[in-house]
Amino acid sequence: MTSLLCLRGVKTYYGNIIALRGIDVDVREGEIVTLIGANGAGKSTLMMTIFGNPRAREGSIRFAGRDITGLPTHEIARLRIAQSPEGRRIFPRMTVMENLQMGAAVRDGGTAADLKRVLSLFPRLADRLSQRGGTLSGGEQQMLAIARALMGRPRLLLLDEPSLGLAPIIARQIFDIIRILNERDGLSVLLVEQNAYHALRLAHRGYVIVNGAITISGTGHELLARPEVRAAYLEGGRR
Amino acid sequence: MATAPAKNDIAGAFKDAGFWALVALGLFLPLIGFRAVQDIHNELTLETRWPLLFAFVAIVAAGRLLHNLLIAPWRERRRVAARAAVGAPHWSARLGSVLAPLFIGFALAYPAIAVWLAGAGGAVKWIDNFGIQILIYVMLGFGLNIVVGLAGLLDLGYVAFYAVGAYSYALLAQTFGFSFFMLLPVAGILAAFWGMMLGFPVLRLRGDYLAIVTLAFGEIIRLVLINWVPVTNGYAGIASIPRPTFFGIPFNASDEGFAAVFGLPLSPIYRLVFLYYIILALALLNSFVTVRLRRLPVGRAWEALREDEIACRSLGINTTNTKLTAFAIGAGFGGFAGAFFAARQGFISPESFTFMESATILSIVVLGGMGSQIGVAIAAIAMIGGTEALRELDVLKEVFGNDFDPTQYRMLLFGFAMVLIMVVRPRGLIAAREASVHLAARKKISGALVREGRG
Ligand SMILES: Nc1ncnc2c1ncn2[C@@H]1O[C@H](COP(=O)(O)OP(=O)(O)O)[C@@H](O)[C@H]1O
Ligand SMILES: [Mg+2]
Repeated sequence: MTSLLCLRGVKTYYGNIIALRGIDVDVREGEIVTLIGANGAGKSTLMMTIFGNPRAREGSIRFAGRDITGLPTHEIARLRIAQSPEGRRIFPRMTVMENLQMGAAVRDGGTAADLKRVLSLFPRLADRLSQRGGTLSGGEQQMLAIARALMGRPRLLLLDEPSLGLAPIIARQIFDIIRILNERDGLSVLLVEQNAYHALRLAHRGYVIVNGAITISGTGHELLARPEVRAAYLEGGRR
Repeated sequence: MATAPAKNDIAGAFKDAGFWALVALGLFLPLIGFRAVQDIHNELTLETRWPLLFAFVAIVAAGRLLHNLLIAPWRERRRVAARAAVGAPHWSARLGSVLAPLFIGFALAYPAIAVWLAGAGGAVKWIDNFGIQILIYVMLGFGLNIVVGLAGLLDLGYVAFYAVGAYSYALLAQTFGFSFFMLLPVAGILAAFWGMMLGFPVLRLRGDYLAIVTLAFGEIIRLVLINWVPVTNGYAGIASIPRPTFFGIPFNASDEGFAAVFGLPLSPIYRLVFLYYIILALALLNSFVTVRLRRLPVGRAWEALREDEIACRSLGINTTNTKLTAFAIGAGFGGFAGAFFAARQGFISPESFTFMESATILSIVVLGGMGSQIGVAIAAIAMIGGTEALRELDVLKEVFGNDFDPTQYRMLLFGFAMVLIMVVRPRGLIAAREASVHLAARKKISGALVREGRG
């Protein structure tokens, strides 16, 4: 199978400080790939680098066979890569409905079918369409961020810590929805998580990132079994 | 600083007001209590103004007392009520949709009402100083509202586009003799072009940095107008700017003049009513365009940009274009207002385009509630109408003596109004924004409802 997303030797800097030290990551068509790592390891930086903000200073990023390393962020988004960024970044003063509409900005045409599809995945949002985004609970905001990303009919979905700050039951709901999207619609997902146990069980494959470099990679089950992974990311982290 | 006392704590409220009176006394004693006057021997003598000083202190104490006893408890109750009713649309949002038709109706009938109540002679003042003057600021407020209220780009130099519009019309009309209605779009386009010129260098700036650069931009335009004497005539300004004509019929006393052609008695009122309806039409057009734009992707992108620029970009929005269109369209409306201003005054000079103007327009937008059209209109009426009304308050002369000039207190009242509104309604008069996508019925996702949200 060919890679949908393919990173080779990606180096990213903040000023003179190196944040990613040559990253190789692949996401194949129809795969859930997870990236786990401690705080400050560079997970969010990697997600943002794929979107060209900050830009990779070395290495290449290819999506669906096309080199996107130098593309402006909004053009990358128009290639049907969607992101639910760290901290959700929904539009707080706009209604849920308007937030969802913004997600469809990447493409032309009507939004009716997408709205229906997305709201059937997140029925809680359907009840709150005219509520302002900022007044939603944390879990609902996360659902909105994912729903908004799905409005653009992405081929690849980047999720940065979707379970952050959520009650375990809500986090599980969100993981279930990711699984449904993957199994039913064939959506490819790159999932960043600190909640390593659930993420590795959900994912086909995983990477461990330490200090801006990938140290271990393998299938989700392989990683779950690795003693160094268990010691660093699972003991105590398991719920 | 003492905080507002709890409900029923009347003694505390008085104590707090007393404290504020002391602060006011300390503050105003040097500012108002004393005045240096030159006597006939050219010597400076110190004059005291105790009554005025005590009037100020009393106003502060009374205001604070009012706040403590009435406003603060009322706000507290509202806060509690608001917490109980999360999600329900705010009353002021509904108020907006009820008020808008009333406002437009009144604005359309206003000249007739003025003539009916004050007679053709007396109505001149009401149509010119109040009607036209207020509508110019409504227009400017609407324009700046796009930049500041919708796109969230704090622009302190908006007067620059007003100036560009005014000078464009004045110079082109004088040099080439084109008519007002031909030059109006030209002035708008030129101002929009300058909006883009400002937009490019500030694309990466936000918040306070953006504010400083736009402030400088406004000053640069004004300095160019002052110093480019061969073209702009510098401080002296441009006089005898052609007035708009009624489809080619001038408003003057000649045989081809409006009054003669229509067989009416001579009066300045026709020209003013005509001007009134021009600026009203411009303001309504501006408002209509803004409302339409808000429902289009570009308008929604402006608002999203105000909320979160990074999220916007990762949703595929070209933030560069979005910002530039906001600057350009906002500036274009400023240019329309400027062209109208030049045509109405017949004379313009850099004096008319100082930072004070930018500040006034910005206050109108902020007081009105950023992003709210009806709020901006109300704020313009209150601030500009209020300033004009001060001229009418000759009664005050009887209270404070003959050299009391109420218009000199304009800035002070401005300040008071600002503080009051920010205390009572911290997010502006009409704070609740109306959703750009409306739902037929909540909860149900019917086909019709879903169709409404086409992007
Ligand atoms: N905007 C920024 N400017 C400078 N340094 C940054 C910035 N964002 C992140 N960093 C640094 O880059 C490193 C990786 O951060 P991040 O990607 O957010 O980590 P993670 O998401 O894995 O917790 C950290 O050392 C962080 O301090
Ligand atoms: Mg992170």
